[in-house]
Amino acid sequence: MLLIYCPYCEEERSELEFRNAGDAHIVRPTNIAEISDEEFEEFFFLRQNPKGLIFERWRHIHGCGRFFNAARDTVSDRFYTTYKAGEPKPDVAAILKGEQDKGAAR
Amino acid sequence: MADLATATRKSALTARGGFSEVVLTPAPAASRLSLRAGADALPGLSASLGVTLPTRPKTSASNGKRHALWLGPDEWLVIDESEADLMAAATTSGTLHSAVDVSHRNVAVVVSGPGAEVAINSGCPQDLSLAIFPVGACSRTIFGKVEIVLLRLAEDTFRVECWRSFSPYVFGMLSEGAADAGH
Repeated sequence: MLLIYCPYCEEERSELEFRNAGDAHIVRPTNIAEISDEEFEEFFFLRQNPKGLIFERWRHIHGCGRFFNAARDTVSDRFYTTYKAGEPKPDVAAILKGEQDKGAAR
Repeated sequence: MADLATATRKSALTARGGFSEVVLTPAPAASRLSLRAGADALPGLSASLGVTLPTRPKTSASNGKRHALWLGPDEWLVIDESEADLMAAATTSGTLHSAVDVSHRNVAVVVSGPGAEVAINSGCPQDLSLAIFPVGACSRTIFGKVEIVLLRLAEDTFRVECWRSFSPYVFGMLSEGAADAGH
C-alpha cells in the first residue's frame, strides 16, 4: 500500500485516505471576466500531463480534510515530497538531485 | 508434501454472536458538535466548553464525559456522553466559530478486548499499535468503505464513530473482524 505524508497530520497515511485534486500552482486570472475564450481554455482545461515529475494538489479527505501539494513521479508513482498549500513550489533541480544522491548512496 | 488447507463452511450469521477476544457495544446516545474555528477563538471556546481543544494532530482532550477530538487544523468533534447541550455552551463563548449539532448524525460502537486492534485493523489501514496510536489518540480515517472517527479510550478499548446510516455496515464489518481476531 502506498503511504503518503500529510504535512498537516505530520504522519504517513495510507493512500486510501487521500484523493487526487489535479495540477498544483494553477493561478486563476484576476481578470477572469475579461480574458478571451482561448485564454480561459488555457487556464481551465489545458494541462501538461508530463511523464515524470509533476506537481499536484492532493486532499486528505478521509483524514484532516486539508488540501496540500505534492511532487510526484507519474511513472514510478513515487512521492518526492509533500508540502502545505500556499507554500512555494520546491525547486525541481533540488528534488531530482536529492533523488540521484539517494540512488548513488544505495 | 505440503499440507492441504481446507476451507470450513461458516454460517452467514456466525459472526453476529459473541466473541472471545472482542466485545462490541453500541454506545449510548451522546450529544456531538462539529466545530470549526480559527486559532484566536480557541481559548474562548475551550473555556465555555470546559475542555481544552487540542491543537496537535491525532490528539484529544477529555473532561469527565466530554471529549474534544482533533480532526483537522481548524476542525474538532466534541462528544458529550451525558447528552449535555453543547450548542448552548459553544454559543456562550462569544467567539467567531461554526458549530453544527451532529448528535443524531453519528452513532458510536465501543470496541473492547484484547482483539480490539485486530478487529478494527480488519478494515482500517492505520497503525494502531500503542506507540503510534496511544491512549487518547484520535483520528478520522477509513474503515472498509466508510469514513469513521477513531478514539482510543484505553489500551484495549476504542470508540468508533460513524454516520448513522453506515452503522449496520460498520457493526457487521467489526463483527467479521472480531470473529477473525481469535485466530
